[in-house]
Amino acid sequence: MLEVKQLVVAYGRVNAVKGISFNVEQGQIVTLLGTNGAGKSTTLRTISGLLTPVSGEMWFEGERLDGVAAHKVVEKGIAQSPEGRRLFRQMSVEDNLRLGAFSRKDAAGVRTDMDRIFDLFPVLGSRRTERAGLFSGGEQQMLAIGRAMMSRPRLLMLDEPSMGLSPIMMQLIMSTIRSLRDEGITILLVEQNAAAALKLSDKAYVLEVGQITLEGTGEQLLGDDRVKRAYLGED
Amino acid sequence: MEYFLQQLINGLSLGALYALIAVGYTVVYGIVQLINFAHGEIFMIGAFGAYATWMILGQPTDWSTTMSLLVLLPAMLIGGMVASVTVALMTERFAYRPLRNAPRLAPLITAIGVSVFLQEFVRLFYGWVPGFPDAKSAIPFPSVPGLSGESLQFGEVLIQMPAVFTLAALAVCSVFLWYFVNRTKTGRAMVATSQDPDTARLMGINVDRVIMAAFALGAALAAIAGVAHGLRYGNIDFRMGFLAGLKAFTAAVLGGIGNIAGAVVGGLVLGVAEAMATSFIPGQFGSSAWKDVWAFALLILVLVFRPEGLLGAKVVDRA
Repeated sequence: MLEVKQLVVAYGRVNAVKGISFNVEQGQIVTLLGTNGAGKSTTLRTISGLLTPVSGEMWFEGERLDGVAAHKVVEKGIAQSPEGRRLFRQMSVEDNLRLGAFSRKDAAGVRTDMDRIFDLFPVLGSRRTERAGLFSGGEQQMLAIGRAMMSRPRLLMLDEPSMGLSPIMMQLIMSTIRSLRDEGITILLVEQNAAAALKLSDKAYVLEVGQITLEGTGEQLLGDDRVKRAYLGED
Repeated sequence: MEYFLQQLINGLSLGALYALIAVGYTVVYGIVQLINFAHGEIFMIGAFGAYATWMILGQPTDWSTTMSLLVLLPAMLIGGMVASVTVALMTERFAYRPLRNAPRLAPLITAIGVSVFLQEFVRLFYGWVPGFPDAKSAIPFPSVPGLSGESLQFGEVLIQMPAVFTLAALAVCSVFLWYFVNRTKTGRAMVATSQDPDTARLMGINVDRVIMAAFALGAALAAIAGVAHGLRYGNIDFRMGFLAGLKAFTAAVLGGIGNIAGAVVGGLVLGVAEAMATSFIPGQFGSSAWKDVWAFALLILVLVFRPEGLLGAKVVDRA
């Protein structure tokens, strides 16, 4: 579905992503794992068209993706819930969701989808006219995921959805991600919380200072000694 | 008391003129953090565009009041808007967009350059159009029967019709702006872009188009102000954008730059302050020569004691 080949992305003269290649297959949860500064968010921002790659290729459903403007990437069926949620904090829950559906023209479908988000996250539905900034971290994360869902993406990219959340909230978010996959949405997940992410991943890649150093199924990486030492905090 | 009311009305109508221009500074600043110093010239070009429309209509001087108010005035407003919006979009496309990712000083200096360019362009070339008057000095603005020279009397208080027009225009524009920002898709996209441009792009918002909409919106309101200015003072000239632009910029900062309601409030407050200073400060300090001093003194006071402006500037808020 998504193919990234030899992708290089730079900030000024510094390469943040140094020639990575990976695939996301239809219907899978694929995780990019790594520490701060490994290049995970940079990769997602490049796929979304916010950054322009220095070299390399990106293909989505057989079409070239690099060079496509950010707002066109959304129209192609790729949505992103960015790192730190980046909600429009002064706006209501409903306004945030409506902005998520900005590229769509079917008003009736947008309303149906909004109701679906409220079924999925009842706390958002019961406070739909309140400002997004007033919600707890976990609730804001729900809204950020819901907002990304509003464009009806076929590929949903989630950047650190568990960041700063309580363990209970984190489990809820993780099980939501799994149920979105079960509905047929392909998911590209970026996480620092390796254990939780690997448990639900079909495929995972470990990113270290801009390069992929390890790849495998979620289970394989959970059992890998290097992953255990570096990301799972085991000896 | 009548004197006070009279000065209040004078101040509000002057302030409405500032407010109409100030909106353009604030919407552009809110989205691209650029202080568009050429915006005063966009206002000037709106006035010249309205004048050109009057020329194209055959310089009508004997139209009935009804025809003037229903055909001539709207035609001049639309002509002014077409001119100012076209020029504003061209400056955005050719002067500012190439510098979108440059350090902020670069577009600021460019804006000053654009300002000088537009003034000189009008000064040197307006008269080249066959039949058009030379713009090297002030041109008498066409009078619109029903507005020019007419006034309304309320007891002792006299309101000139151009002032009524300015206040009515601001009222209509404020309602329109509220509706646009809160109820239209482009308006919501504009607010989203001003809060967080990158995330706006992730929503599928074409940020280039939002920026163009902001420039066009500000230019359209400035053109209305240009017509109001012409009707109020009876003439227009290529330099009129400088001081009016500076005052409107002051109004935008006074209200809180980036805040549309702030620009409207800031404009009105500044206009009233100027009118009051020239009527109630005794001696030579209250003469009209000092009114600009008091206006900018007010700006300095606000910047010292309330730098975010009366209604609060746009806060960069991304957590």
